[in-house]
Amino acid sequence: MATDTPFPDAGAQATRKRGGGARRTRKAALHLGGIAVSLIVTLLGLIAITFFIGRVVPIDPALAVVGDRAPKAVYEAARVQLGLDKPLIVQFVTYVKAVATGDLGMSVSTGRPVLQDLKEVFPATLEMATLGILIGIALGVPMGVHAAAKQGSLTDQVIRVVGLAGYAIPAFWLGLVGLAVFYARLQWVDGPGRVDIAYDGLVTPVTGLMLVDSLLAGETDIFFNAIGHLALPACILGFFSLAYIARMTRSFMLDQLAQEYITTARVKGLPERVVIWRHAFRPILLPLITVCALSYAALLEGSVMIETIFSWPGIGNYLTVALLNADMAAVLGATLLIGTVFIIINKVSDALYDVLDPRAR
Amino acid sequence: MSAPLLAVENLKVTFPSPSGPVDVVKGISFSLGRERLGIVGESGSGKSMTGRSILGLVRAPGKVSATRLEFDGMDLLKQGEKAMRKIRGARISMVMQDPKFSLNPVMTVGEQIAEALVAHKRLPRREIAARVRAMLEAVRINDPDRVAGLYPHEISGGMGQRVMIAMMLIPEPDILIADEPTSALDVSVQAQVLDIIDDLVRNKGMGLILISHDLNLVAHYCDRVLVMNSGRLVEDCAASELKNAQHPYTRGLLAAQPRLDETRDELPVIDRTTWSAT
Repeated sequence: MATDTPFPDAGAQATRKRGGGARRTRKAALHLGGIAVSLIVTLLGLIAITFFIGRVVPIDPALAVVGDRAPKAVYEAARVQLGLDKPLIVQFVTYVKAVATGDLGMSVSTGRPVLQDLKEVFPATLEMATLGILIGIALGVPMGVHAAAKQGSLTDQVIRVVGLAGYAIPAFWLGLVGLAVFYARLQWVDGPGRVDIAYDGLVTPVTGLMLVDSLLAGETDIFFNAIGHLALPACILGFFSLAYIARMTRSFMLDQLAQEYITTARVKGLPERVVIWRHAFRPILLPLITVCALSYAALLEGSVMIETIFSWPGIGNYLTVALLNADMAAVLGATLLIGTVFIIINKVSDALYDVLDPRAR
Repeated sequence: MSAPLLAVENLKVTFPSPSGPVDVVKGISFSLGRERLGIVGESGSGKSMTGRSILGLVRAPGKVSATRLEFDGMDLLKQGEKAMRKIRGARISMVMQDPKFSLNPVMTVGEQIAEALVAHKRLPRREIAARVRAMLEAVRINDPDRVAGLYPHEISGGMGQRVMIAMMLIPEPDILIADEPTSALDVSVQAQVLDIIDDLVRNKGMGLILISHDLNLVAHYCDRVLVMNSGRLVEDCAASELKNAQHPYTRGLLAAQPRLDETRDELPVIDRTTWSAT
């Protein structure tokens, strides 16, 4: 059993898992069912709130379609066509039914189904946000740990100032200065947009992620070009999430380092590196996952400022344009999508909790 | 007697405070051979800090100084961090008060015990597992294979403290510092845990420093007793001589102990005016 491990527990646990296989499967199924139910309930609430807010704001969707110089008859026809003449509750039920069948309605500003729009804009945001959060985690976590381990030192101070800057510097300023320095002057990165105009539309979207699609199509030129375009906005998003992640990591670590079992680890004569990473860092993985998940979710909402400055055709941009055009179907659709992503990320981080924390099992 | 295992002379532990530096240990001296030494004193008397300063674990901003702090011929104050790491665990070890806090909650008991051994000895995995098993048996855990796979929250306080002892004794140190090892335990398991410590320490011929606030307990398990009060040593005597202690603080403590055949209506209160001026 425990031939390749010094700890009998690994073998014992494997046996336990094998023995309770059927029960575990059932438990997992119940768990998934629970997730589905809470997802549906939360989304219903989200739809209701967004829907009714969308209807009570003094914006007339029909007017948005026909313009304010349209004859009354045309305006009325548009109202009927949009279903705005029916009672609010009927409109709501109709909308929920449509959403349940996967129909998010037509966008009046793009003239296309909202679902199709979202399929295009969301991957753009997803690509940037994912890269951003990876940068944020890869740098923020070690920075936070290091700052806590050397509390009060110069390194700690520098890391704290960097973190503070991440909070204090407005996104639009950093975006513009970043473009001016790294694109216009140094030419280290490419400018706004997802790829150079020459490459635009050359890659057939499969996943919608430019990096993946270009590789699938075997277009390495476009792949590297896309990286050049993605680098700066992703780094800026990464910087913002880094600020938060490093700060939280530092405070979690300081909490842990004051614990008695850290003294135990030192009494054992363990090197400081082991004390910090094995004994202090492992327990904070759990809260840290929540922090990273929330930062990721925030980035996935789409950073309107960054997307605007970098002409990034993402969901933040899409939502802003839709809102300004009173395009309620698009606003509702995008809000739903963001809500769903939020809930899924939270559920995934909860599931990771169960896996990582022996106390939660 | 040959040179003692541990020699402490004029040990001071100082912490800064808004009103200037405060000595929590004010220059104490003692020596330890392969014997059982008890340190008693009330909360804040500096007994825990004495234990931690021997291991070099008084964290900044605390400062340790001494005219002599020698272990096995080595000046502990002159050892670098790396040299101290070789002493910690391997040669001087410490059992702490509450296993609820002193065991890492996300590592199994087996992992934590093995870690203490692996930190100082390179051994094949099989050998490590066997030693962990033997050590758990030595602290009288019945089902060592099962317990090694448990997490600290899955075991009782008494068992946790036995695990702690196993962890601290597995590298076979020369000195074990037990810092209030039974204060967090039920009275019924206190004796059990102390018996285990006593047994192992005697069998291996180690030195033991038992830090406690329980006079009887220390008198029972130790050969020699030091009494500390507000950072000073007020009594240093053989455990059997404790009844004849001279210092008013020790006498006060002894007098304040209730007895089974008690006839007093009120227990006396220690009169601190008689020595606190010193």
